[in-house]
Amino acid sequence: MIQLEKRPTPSKFWTWTTPVLAVALTMIAGGLMFALLGKNPFLAIKTIFYDPILGEFAFYYRGQLLVKAGPLILIAVGLAMGFKAGIWNIGAEGQYIMGAIVGAGVGLAFYPSDSPLILPAMILAGAIGGLLWAMIPAILKVKFSTNEILVSLLLVYVAEQIQAAMALGLLRNPDATGFPGSRNLAQWDASANLELIAGTGMHLGVVAALIAVIFAYILLSRHLMGFHIQLAGQSPKAARFGGVNPTRLVIFCMAISGALAGLAGLFEVTGPAGQISINFNSGYGFTAIIVAFLGRLHPIGILLAGLLMALTYIGGEAAQATLGIPAAAIQAFQGMLLFFLLGVDVLSNYRIRFLRKGVA
Amino acid sequence: MDLSSINWILLLASLMVAATPILLAGVGELVTERAGVLNLGVEGMMITGAICGFAIGVETNSAILGFVAAALAGAALSMLFGLLTQYLLSNQVATGLALTLFGLGLSALIGQGYIGIKGLEVAKIHIPLLSDIPVLGPILFRHDAMVYVSIFIVAGVWATLRYTRAGLILRAVGENHDAAHALGYKVVRIRLMAIAFGGACAGLGGAYLSLVRVPQWTEGMTAGAGWIALALVVFASWKPWRILIGAYLFGGLTVLQLNLQAAGMKVPVEYLAMSPYLVTILVLVIMSSGRGRAHLNAPAELGRSFHASS
Amino acid sequence: MTDLLTIQGLTKAYPGVVANDDVSFAIAPGEIHALLGENGAGKSTLVKMIYGLVKPDAGAMHLHGQPFTPPEPRAARAAGVAMVFQHFSLFEALSVAENVGLGMESPPPMNQLSREIREVSHAYGLPLDPRRLVGDLSAGERQRVEIVRCLLQDPKLLIMDEPTSVLTPQEVEILFATLNKLKSEGTSILYISHKLEEIRALCDGATILRRGKVVGSCDPRQQSAAELAELMVGEALHVPDRAASEPGEVVLQVAGLTSEHVSTFGTRLQNVGFEVHAGEVLGIGGVAGNGQDELLSALSGETRGARETVRLRGDPVGHLGPNARRDRGMLSAPEERLGHAAAPDMSLTENGVLSGWQREKLTSGGFVRWGAARAFAEKIIEGFDVRTPGTHVAARALSGGNLQKFVIGREILQRPDVLVVNQPTWGVDAAAAAAIRQALLDLAAQGAAVIVISQDLDELMEVSDRFAALNAGHLSAPRPARGLTIEQIGLMLGGAHDMDVAHTEDAEQIKDMYQNPKSGEPRP
Repeated sequence: MIQLEKRPTPSKFWTWTTPVLAVALTMIAGGLMFALLGKNPFLAIKTIFYDPILGEFAFYYRGQLLVKAGPLILIAVGLAMGFKAGIWNIGAEGQYIMGAIVGAGVGLAFYPSDSPLILPAMILAGAIGGLLWAMIPAILKVKFSTNEILVSLLLVYVAEQIQAAMALGLLRNPDATGFPGSRNLAQWDASANLELIAGTGMHLGVVAALIAVIFAYILLSRHLMGFHIQLAGQSPKAARFGGVNPTRLVIFCMAISGALAGLAGLFEVTGPAGQISINFNSGYGFTAIIVAFLGRLHPIGILLAGLLMALTYIGGEAAQATLGIPAAAIQAFQGMLLFFLLGVDVLSNYRIRFLRKGVA
Repeated sequence: MDLSSINWILLLASLMVAATPILLAGVGELVTERAGVLNLGVEGMMITGAICGFAIGVETNSAILGFVAAALAGAALSMLFGLLTQYLLSNQVATGLALTLFGLGLSALIGQGYIGIKGLEVAKIHIPLLSDIPVLGPILFRHDAMVYVSIFIVAGVWATLRYTRAGLILRAVGENHDAAHALGYKVVRIRLMAIAFGGACAGLGGAYLSLVRVPQWTEGMTAGAGWIALALVVFASWKPWRILIGAYLFGGLTVLQLNLQAAGMKVPVEYLAMSPYLVTILVLVIMSSGRGRAHLNAPAELGRSFHASS
Repeated sequence: MTDLLTIQGLTKAYPGVVANDDVSFAIAPGEIHALLGENGAGKSTLVKMIYGLVKPDAGAMHLHGQPFTPPEPRAARAAGVAMVFQHFSLFEALSVAENVGLGMESPPPMNQLSREIREVSHAYGLPLDPRRLVGDLSAGERQRVEIVRCLLQDPKLLIMDEPTSVLTPQEVEILFATLNKLKSEGTSILYISHKLEEIRALCDGATILRRGKVVGSCDPRQQSAAELAELMVGEALHVPDRAASEPGEVVLQVAGLTSEHVSTFGTRLQNVGFEVHAGEVLGIGGVAGNGQDELLSALSGETRGARETVRLRGDPVGHLGPNARRDRGMLSAPEERLGHAAAPDMSLTENGVLSGWQREKLTSGGFVRWGAARAFAEKIIEGFDVRTPGTHVAARALSGGNLQKFVIGREILQRPDVLVVNQPTWGVDAAAAAAIRQALLDLAAQGAAVIVISQDLDELMEVSDRFAALNAGHLSAPRPARGLTIEQIGLMLGGAHDMDVAHTEDAEQIKDMYQNPKSGEPRP
């Protein structure tokens, strides 16, 4: 018989060990999955986790690492604030899209100006776009106690339709024939979010992600607001007793996470993606949920988790190219990681006792 | 736009078909939630049911086997959720999300070889006399068997919850798991059964999409139907018959929206396509505010972990 | 005659604590047997083993001379053991009949069950309407649901865990009449309590537990309350002392306080009004669920109301939240220690910041000064004798008494002008309870206005200058506590809500007992 026994105090050791354990378990289970697909599991794991960093073509992949990790970290840091407070914004994908659309729209309104103010204006607009989109579930929750999980998620589908409508209509490149989509913002000097150091993948979005990590760290560990966020998440009644205003907290957390997701969208559309197209969004908003949990909702943890998750994206692409492992397998692999993480998480709050049968 | 080009009888007839996937998924989630468990993985279980049902249906050329496989796949996936939340006491919200993300990936993986393959013909039932009634006949009585099975499931869930001891115990577990435990009921076991039922229903709902409504396999084909099913449970205030009403209202809206697109309404297609989601949000707002106050009917233990330590 | 239930050498250990250590005793048929002990003495664990909820590590039980090892409550019920829980095992959203049915092995169809409930509940003087939702019932009525549930199964042994803690004195009379009727019909009762007078009035035999061990067994009618108390606690108790003082000016005025919103099964406060003077303790009594939580929440600022409903030194504060009231010197400590007064998973340092950051200046420019916060937590731990390895320990790791001392200490150290506490000693061991009461009295002696909301009448009589009762959201006019009789208090608490008062000889005896509390003399 196995029995769980609640620890009097959560274990610090396991809090930080469980993510590593989860990654290890995911590699094993993922290896099995790859084996079932008829691929060499060891080669597959090596291709995903080793080659992009230390392999032959690492010089190419390493740059991609930051490109992918940037938006994941940026979004996840925002989400983690809300998750810590028990506010579940799971519609970051929609806020990411709206940030990109609003930011791109503001920029394109001035096309073909070459003012140096265009990119800053777009960044601001991107943040506001994501923020406002997140305000819909926030205000509905505060005013009507509508479930923010469902509303924020349903708004992702709405945002996807708006994105399609924009790519086909309002923002469509008037000079293009053929494919629908906006002008390429990465090729327009005034709006391009270029690599800051060639070959590193370091662009403004990555810088923003690092700043967000630092700010979130200080807020959560030192500031009263961060204390209140954690208090509200752990014990809503105690938070109310402690004078935490739940309305303000919902607005604050949703605003932060929406704005950061919007920023991520903006930096993507002006850089790596280049344009608003029908399927501009690529699921960062959802993967960021995994990143947030994998990083234990802790800013530094999220930084590491974001890099790891970016690695699975890049390694996944490499495995797709060299081994023919389908992209969907990588998606399943990421989902598995979250599963294992949640499963082994039990160790930080509970002790496992093995009881011999028959001792009664 | 030419409204006269819409065949209203056909529209009403397709309403029941459009509603069946979310009806099935919704009633399954209702049972899960009445036991006090919030499983946000409906979307993931639906899509997995969709591909498993489609694959087995096509391989065996039997829709029935397809549906059975879908129900089993949905239930199997839900047991993953059950294992994590009931035994390892993980957070239900996070685990449900994980289930959805995993299900989307898994289904795409399984579905690699089934993209673009033609689906099955699922026979429509012909009921003598009833099916031949003008107007009502085609609207109500000329559908495939699953449409009626789904109504039957709703009726069964209603009767079970209301009149049987098993239903009473299920509700008791959802209202106060500590008290149920103190009386000697196996909280975890009962919840696992409710979760499995929810998973099986979601799987059936997904398979209905891929085997009947569409009928073929495309990645991400559930397109938020699982989330709409979750909203449906709130709309229904956790009452089975209201799930039926809600699903049919929603089905009607979807069909109308598609018909308006076809009739060439002077609104971009995308805005019509987003209307079901917007209406769902609107309904959620109405239900959770004012006198409706749907959450007052919510099971008291919804989303809380149970650990029999004290 | 053989004993109904014998228990030999029952032992159960949890990590870090031996809940029951070699416990043995026996209950005869038709006996009311008391299990006496302080909170944490191991009473609950013991009955959980008898009821099949917990498996013993060692030892044996025999029922009717046969080995008795119930693997689960169902088996215990089948063997004729029924239990009324201290924290009710009821479902608020279900009807009385459904609740009763859930506690039975093979209940009859609902219609018949409803009829039986009506009949049995009337026969035993505990009338119940089977169709009502349990969430709408008073605490006393809820207990009746539990008792009727047990009675319908015709039990041989009825276990009652602290049954009177939720009853008014008049309701206690009725309950005792019912129990004596059951006894006369041959049912044995295992009666768990720490209230000595009750046990002396009701029980035929008593087993006394202390720290998991049997420290004595006796005929409680042959012992004085003081003797029983000493057996139970193991030491002579410190009774709080207080200096008589003249009440000062009015500090807090409450008028026309009526709840606007209530949760599904909450109680509405109805036009509550009172005044508290500096240096005075106002005791507010009442049976659970009569508006205590709502009153605390309205005074702490967690529920805001109209400006004028609450005035602090004449200034309206009714519209202000908890922080603004703390700023003005009005502090509180809610009943629920874990999850309301303190966050279970947070450290003591963090829990100190929870309500102390303003008055103790634990922040600067919005940033928490963790060093100062730790010092504050250490000050509480030292000043209030909180037993803990350190300030880094999570609140949930502390025992009930230690955490309660921490919570009360946290508020008292902030030098409040008004302190409102709800159930300050609920579930706390006697020594800690005495310390907490003393601290509250000391605070009043220093000139603060103190409001103690409690269900423990003995406690209220001990600390209060004036006494008022909450009953279904109404507050009675406060009266000087000195000289109040238990019967007057009972009537203030609402007497026996729509109950058939059974005027039996037993009831008279019990009334007797309550009119001469703490007489300490054995009955002739």
